[in-house]
Amino acid sequence: MTTSTVVLALAVFGASAVEMVEALTIVAAAGVTRGWRSALEGTATAALVLAALVIAVGVPLARLVPINVLRVVIGALLLVLGLDWLRKAVLRASGHKALHDEDAIYAKTVAGLSDGPEAPSERGAAGSWRHGRRDATGFTVAFKGVFLEGMEVVLIVITLGASSGHLALAAAAAAAAAVVVCAVGYLVARQLSEVPENAMKLAVGVMLTSFGVFWVGEGSGLHWPGSDLMILVLVGVFAATAAVLSFVMRRLAPAREAMAAQSSPSS
Amino acid sequence: MTSVIRALSALGKFWKDFLIGDAPELFAGTLVFVGAALVLHRHGYVAVIVLPLIVIMFLGGSVLRGRAKS
Repeated sequence: MTTSTVVLALAVFGASAVEMVEALTIVAAAGVTRGWRSALEGTATAALVLAALVIAVGVPLARLVPINVLRVVIGALLLVLGLDWLRKAVLRASGHKALHDEDAIYAKTVAGLSDGPEAPSERGAAGSWRHGRRDATGFTVAFKGVFLEGMEVVLIVITLGASSGHLALAAAAAAAAAVVVCAVGYLVARQLSEVPENAMKLAVGVMLTSFGVFWVGEGSGLHWPGSDLMILVLVGVFAATAAVLSFVMRRLAPAREAMAAQSSPSS
Repeated sequence: MTSVIRALSALGKFWKDFLIGDAPELFAGTLVFVGAALVLHRHGYVAVIVLPLIVIMFLGGSVLRGRAKS
């Protein structure tokens, strides 16, 4: 297994885990309020649709499109995604953007679902499971949550997998992340807020950005010194950049606070 | 027909959110990066140094822009 393959598996695993945590929050809220049967059916249906997308789009991409064109296009997509994750992670780490609060999202989703006129929670979620009743709202909310969060995972699996010729490995890493997150979610119940989501997002952002830079370079004909090992150098460079940016940004107050302090009569 | 239009519109919105989102400068930066890679690929070490610097420059600019919006 080469260095780039290991980093690829780690990147897909990390990115998938972050998205799965967000999806699990929505599924848990749907399960508790509308009954687990419909929530789990919605989750399974979305997972099947996403897997079909990986096969339907990923396999032809890897086989039909010239590898250099694929690497430039896919590298650019990874770069857009990686830079966006890095930017948000740096802003969150330095206090310029609110942290992703899974507890708040869970509470908001539960409140929204409980307001429905036919919420099964009124007759008991466990009851709806025992009687085998299906709930369209629970199914739809779980399906949409898993499908929308999973679309980014599908893009990452297809882009990283197809351009490196390791589609099966990328899909396996995403599936492993799903299993791990579900297991952890089951064990810790609602403690999803304990997951260091921002740190994971920062690490994955660094890896996606590194792969994006590497593959756009490779696809355009650049021979990176050290070949695949250059990915590790790029990971180091972008990790250091993110650390420096977070440090500098922590010392700068958010713009609104700075303006308020300047205009305040007591200051 | 309506459902096809709705699906296409949702697909378009997904790609717009994915590519541009709330940081259009990163999309622009990526286009600049791809252009630079295509131009500089024959220049060996110059490309190896300049390409990551382009990414760092756009990331730094975008983070500062994010601070201004915070």
